[in-house]
Amino acid sequence: MTSETTHIATSAEHSENHGMSDAGYIRIAAILAAITALEVSTVYVDFGPLFLPALLIMMVVKFIMVVSYFMHLKFDNKLFSLMFYAGLVLAVGVYAAFLATFKFFIQ
Amino acid sequence: MTDTTAHGHTSSTGISNVKLGMWTFLGSECLLFGGLISTYMLYRGRVTGGPRPSQIFDIPFTSVSSFVLLMSSLTMVLAVSAAHKGEDRKTNLWLTVTALLGATFVGGQVYEFTAFYNEGLGFSTSLFGSSFYTLTGFHGVHVTVGIIMLMSLVGIFKRSEVPGKKAEVVEMIGLYWHFVDIVWIIIFTLVYLIPV
Amino acid sequence: MAIIEREIEVMAPMVATPTSTYGVLKRPVAATGWRAWVFTVDHKKLGLMYGVTAMFFFIVGGVEALLIRLQLAAPNGKVLNADLYNQMFTMHATTMVFLFVMPMAAGFANYFIPLQIGARDVAFPRMNALGFWMFLFGGIFINLSWFIGGAADGGWFMYAPNSGPVFSPTHGIDFWAFGLQITGIASLTGAINLIVTVLNMRAPGMTLMKMPIFTWMMTVVQFLLLFAVPVITVALFLLSFQRNFGARFFDVAAGADPLLWQHLFWIFGHPEVYILVLPSFGIVSEVLPVFSRKPLFGYPFVVFSGAAIGFVGWGVWAHHMFASGLGPVSVAVFSLTTMAIAVPTGVKIINWILTMWGGKLVFSTAMKFSIGLIVLFTVGGLSGVTHSVAPSDTQQTDTYYIVAHFHYVLFGGGVLGIFSGLYYWWPKMFGKMLNERLGNWNFWLMVIGMNLTFGPMHILGLQGQPRRMYQFTEARSGEGLFNFAFWNLVASIGSFVLTIGILLFLINVVITARNPTKSPLDPWNSRSLEWMTSNPPKEHNFDVIPTVHHLDEFFHRKYEEDPATHTMRQIATAEEIMAEQERNADAHIHMPSPSYWPIVLAFGLPVITFGMIFSHLIAVFGAVIVFFAAFGWALEPSTAPASDFETNNSAPSTALDTVGKS
Ligand code: HEM
Ligand SMILES: [Cu+2]
Repeated sequence: MTSETTHIATSAEHSENHGMSDAGYIRIAAILAAITALEVSTVYVDFGPLFLPALLIMMVVKFIMVVSYFMHLKFDNKLFSLMFYAGLVLAVGVYAAFLATFKFFIQ
Repeated sequence: MTDTTAHGHTSSTGISNVKLGMWTFLGSECLLFGGLISTYMLYRGRVTGGPRPSQIFDIPFTSVSSFVLLMSSLTMVLAVSAAHKGEDRKTNLWLTVTALLGATFVGGQVYEFTAFYNEGLGFSTSLFGSSFYTLTGFHGVHVTVGIIMLMSLVGIFKRSEVPGKKAEVVEMIGLYWHFVDIVWIIIFTLVYLIPV
Repeated sequence: MAIIEREIEVMAPMVATPTSTYGVLKRPVAATGWRAWVFTVDHKKLGLMYGVTAMFFFIVGGVEALLIRLQLAAPNGKVLNADLYNQMFTMHATTMVFLFVMPMAAGFANYFIPLQIGARDVAFPRMNALGFWMFLFGGIFINLSWFIGGAADGGWFMYAPNSGPVFSPTHGIDFWAFGLQITGIASLTGAINLIVTVLNMRAPGMTLMKMPIFTWMMTVVQFLLLFAVPVITVALFLLSFQRNFGARFFDVAAGADPLLWQHLFWIFGHPEVYILVLPSFGIVSEVLPVFSRKPLFGYPFVVFSGAAIGFVGWGVWAHHMFASGLGPVSVAVFSLTTMAIAVPTGVKIINWILTMWGGKLVFSTAMKFSIGLIVLFTVGGLSGVTHSVAPSDTQQTDTYYIVAHFHYVLFGGGVLGIFSGLYYWWPKMFGKMLNERLGNWNFWLMVIGMNLTFGPMHILGLQGQPRRMYQFTEARSGEGLFNFAFWNLVASIGSFVLTIGILLFLINVVITARNPTKSPLDPWNSRSLEWMTSNPPKEHNFDVIPTVHHLDEFFHRKYEEDPATHTMRQIATAEEIMAEQERNADAHIHMPSPSYWPIVLAFGLPVITFGMIFSHLIAVFGAVIVFFAAFGWALEPSTAPASDFETNNSAPSTALDTVGKS
């Protein structure tokens, strides 16, 4: 058995595992579009104290949706998630600490 | 095991080197954009001359171009999906649409930069100016590189000369493209929607 | 590491040589001569090229250090003026850190990681070549500034506002920033490449916890590079944009915060110090067990403490900035994290000592360097702990005490480990052993020289001699015999002893090259897979990819535990194991083919940055080079297709790209 045949086997498995049809992608895109509309609306509608948390949560939700579905991270090998989220979490942690030393969060 | 390739065995994990390399690279990119975004966050309110962010941002305009970029992620994923099914014409079509949407976004950015410049925000005007143009400019360069890759891919596919597995190449460029999109998701909120 | 003495090996018959070509340009097919090196994608050749280049820069950085010590040997030094002195210490540090230790480690990693994990090459061979050429061109680019108006002079951490055009009007810092940008990309591509190699290309049976410890430590280093390099990339871009395009990032008049640079630099910079020493820790962890005739004590602890260092190393950066007015909370937090990081480092030292404990020690030169590392690094580590205490650091910072500290860790830790590795692996790389008697002199002169040079700097620092001081006067050199002037003289004499020690190494290399005696197959009775090949290894590394059952696989193929006496008894010799491999050799091994594109692409980058400084037209030209090289690259399969090979093989041509592509 050459490595090529193994590879074909894995990639075939892989494409069933996508778990997404084209219609599914369009649904995701519709949700993303709706969230974006909601984000933009915060500029015009007063959200009061919810303004900042709402925006940040929507941002994170959009981010995760693109990563999980469009980039298939949700269905792919966990090693990919590990590499990417390691970088992401490190970046958020380090730069948050960095901004904290400038008293960025307590203005 | 006589007639094997240089490895004689599949990869330790069964996944492709290229894809693992791509995700590793994207993990690294998080720290690059993280640094640029943090620099902007630190400096966005520091305006000793020239306009402040709230005076020049055109939210409706940027919302539209953000939407365009977001939708380019959809067309990209459709291209990947078509490539996996071996549908060459559809792949090419969606790749082209993605490149066009990306170009629209970059065009919008060029327009926006020109408008800001005319309203008095140069690269050297203030810390806000320097850090704004650096962050969004870096992102714009990433999008432009993506467009070039997409267009090259379409051109190469026409002559069907691409080495390696076609679907995988499309998928890799797709990963890059989506990453550029998620960076913009963050920039859109932190830079444009949250006022100083 | 002289290339000259390495005979160009005749390709083993079962390796198919490409005869025709493919791609935009014709593929280089030479297997001998200079073209075999310039267009190579072989990880071993690239490893050697990294090593040779790094050695060259070590000499450059060493000469710069000697000029510094000559200047400070006596009061009123006249060797360098203040301006040149500033350039000298800046470039000394830049060269040593970025152009010697880092690429030397990259060279070892390139050469030995694939061998240690039983692979035939790295995951992306062309990207590997690209990394080397970017490093070389970046290094040359930085040093070009010496001839074009003067080198960088802001100190190796290039704080604002010294880095601004007001205080540094020459182009030195422009060259510095762009050059490091290029070597940074080189490190990044190297990191991605080696991480994928280690995660994805291990021999069957080699689980992560059966991986040789050097590979483990190098993997931690690659992760540090992967995540630290982009941070310095950001910082360097901000600096270049300020200097070349009028950005205001560090301009206090515009409301900027000079600490922005300091933070970004040290977020990169602290992981960077582990990038400099962990490779040596890995080497020592290989060498000590071999020459103690015992397995590494507490392998999992060494692995996890290495990973822990890599992890905690991200949370301590501001200890470089205690004196900058961070505020009490930040200082307290970073002081504590810094003390914490001493723990995993201590764990390692204890493991090394316990490895030697009760072993049958063989005092080869490699072993001596390793023991030297343990002792001297510990000294540096202890002075390091003294400045994790912020109040005491306020006293020490920016004095020669700091200079003493980091040379004990960087020279005592980093460089001694590198020399240990050179002596240990020389027979593997060149098939000949370095002379042990000269090695002994080499070792002792280096150790004595290094203590004479850097030991007195502790005293000088506590007496208050400021770091980066270009001259001291008779009047300021103090009273009595053991004054400033005395200790400075001792340090300068020491630096010459050190130099002789290093020269002996170079002499040893030449003598060894001339000496026809070949090394035995397994000269040190080693334990890990890289020794299960010929010396030097064939182009395809292993005739058969080994299946791994043990940590220290090679050792376990040679020895077996006697159930009655619980001692190890030899069951096979290295020669027998090799012969067995040759009998079962795989047929038709396809190695990745050489390529023009890596060197062409890499060459485009300094052209772009040169243009950024002087004329944008040149930059456009460079961009065109990069663009075309990228296209040539993309259109060329990493392994030439089956039809291009002499031995026509029946496997489908698509199966050929598994060695790696990039
Ligand atoms: C070959 C023997 C070496 C000698 C004699 C030497 C000597 C010196 C001296 C005297 C200084 C202080 C200059 C000053 O503050 O005015 C210095 C600075 C420095 N050295 Fe070395 N050094 C040697 C090797 C190394 C190595 C191997 C490394 C790193 C891997 C290194 C890294 C540095 C750094 C980072 C600085 C600080 C430069 C600055 O203040 O910006 N040195 N060296
Ligand atoms: Cu540190």
